[in-house]
Amino acid sequence: MFSLLRSMWYVFMHLFRRRATIQYPDEKPRLAPRWRGRIVLSRDPDGGERCVACYLCAVACPVDCIALQATQDEAGRRYPEFFRINFSRCIFCGFCEEACPTYAIQLTPDFEMSEYDRQNLVYEKEDLLIDGPGKYPGYNFYRVAGLAIGGKDKGEAENESPPVDVRSLLP
Amino acid sequence: MNATLYALLNIVAILFFLLTLSAALIWLERRLLAAWQDRYGPNRVGPFGLMQVLADMIKILTKEDWIPPFADRPVFVLAPAVIMVAVMLSFAVVPFAPRIGIVDLNIGLLFFLAMSSMAVYSTMLAGWASNNKYALLGGLRAAAQMVSYEVFMGLSLMGVVILAGSFNLRDIVEAQRHLWFCVPQILGLGIFFIAGLAETRRLPFDLPEAESELIAGFHAEYSGMKFGMFFVGEYLGITLISAIITTLFFGGWLGPVLPPVMWFFLKTFVCICLFILLRASLPRPRYDQLMAYGWKALLPLALLNIVVTGGLVLAT
Repeated sequence: MFSLLRSMWYVFMHLFRRRATIQYPDEKPRLAPRWRGRIVLSRDPDGGERCVACYLCAVACPVDCIALQATQDEAGRRYPEFFRINFSRCIFCGFCEEACPTYAIQLTPDFEMSEYDRQNLVYEKEDLLIDGPGKYPGYNFYRVAGLAIGGKDKGEAENESPPVDVRSLLP
Repeated sequence: MNATLYALLNIVAILFFLLTLSAALIWLERRLLAAWQDRYGPNRVGPFGLMQVLADMIKILTKEDWIPPFADRPVFVLAPAVIMVAVMLSFAVVPFAPRIGIVDLNIGLLFFLAMSSMAVYSTMLAGWASNNKYALLGGLRAAAQMVSYEVFMGLSLMGVVILAGSFNLRDIVEAQRHLWFCVPQILGLGIFFIAGLAETRRLPFDLPEAESELIAGFHAEYSGMKFGMFFVGEYLGITLISAIITTLFFGGWLGPVLPPVMWFFLKTFVCICLFILLRASLPRPRYDQLMAYGWKALLPLALLNIVVTGGLVLAT
């Protein structure tokens, strides 16, 4: 009996507590920096696309909402010919971001992407690409990778020694 | 002629007021429950969300009124009407203020008890007519619960009757001019309050409709305005029990400064808020606990209350 009255008293005292509700459209919620929201494709510091169209994100995606087609430019850089994310399927799990070897695909703290038409939730590459490097400011995949592309030969990457001719070392 | 007109005006005003109140109570309950759960509740439609009531009314009146093909049609339609009629009829004897009130019966209290037991038929028939396992279980529980709580609901009020020496509700109010009956009849008040909770099937005694076990119990098959009538009946029931508690234990319209009718509504309002607070804070008991509590604890207490009160009145 006492515990019933006590719990009634505690519940009554909640009348004077601060409300936990955030009245959303009037008052925006605080989003954590690592919030997993709208997906973007970032660029490297030199302005080139980071995505190398390796398909790892499409493979990691549990709901198969990422579609892309790889191609190469004349310099030998791989890039996606098209890159399409269907946000009506996306579950914002962030697996694509974890799978990405070049930090190209990133999730951002933004969730306000409602549409009246379902088709408008299919984002193409131009909708996904942003101008900056996103969460990794200094990173440029082709600067640190050993792959030879136009304008950067083998051994010219950062922290890379020139290639050794193994035959010349023979006794 | 003039007296007839006054009586008719009284009836229309009270009916209109009660129906509006029962709709507004839905809003009040949602806001209060929200506040006690650190939420806001409906606050978008109109000032403080008050127009939510109107929106709900429009919604429930325009909904499809569906009668399941397997149901017992006439009984299915009759059941929600019974609860409305029974509760509204009980309001006939409630004395709102010295000149406000529909009828001044000399057996007002008995009339109230009789009418509130009629409400059992509503839930029972609804559960039976729905022809659905859950609804039947709900109806069964409602019948058993309300019949057993009915017993000491009446008995708990006998103390008040002994003290006032009358079944007339107006006389009972007048008898409290010096001391409200909530002081000498504190036990009766507690028992009547609990019985009233069970009688209106409010939480924590909402076993007939227990959402978590019986989906919605006896009104699982109801939709549209028929469901709405159960709802209105429930809220009118809360108002009725609160009004009766006010009349019998808290001196009805008696009070200083404010006009009598304001005092009556103020006391009733506090009592309704207490009903809602109980819903917000207490868990639902198991069914056997409910029955054991009624028969083994409250019934003997009610009888003891009568014996002690009667003995004291006889001795002095």
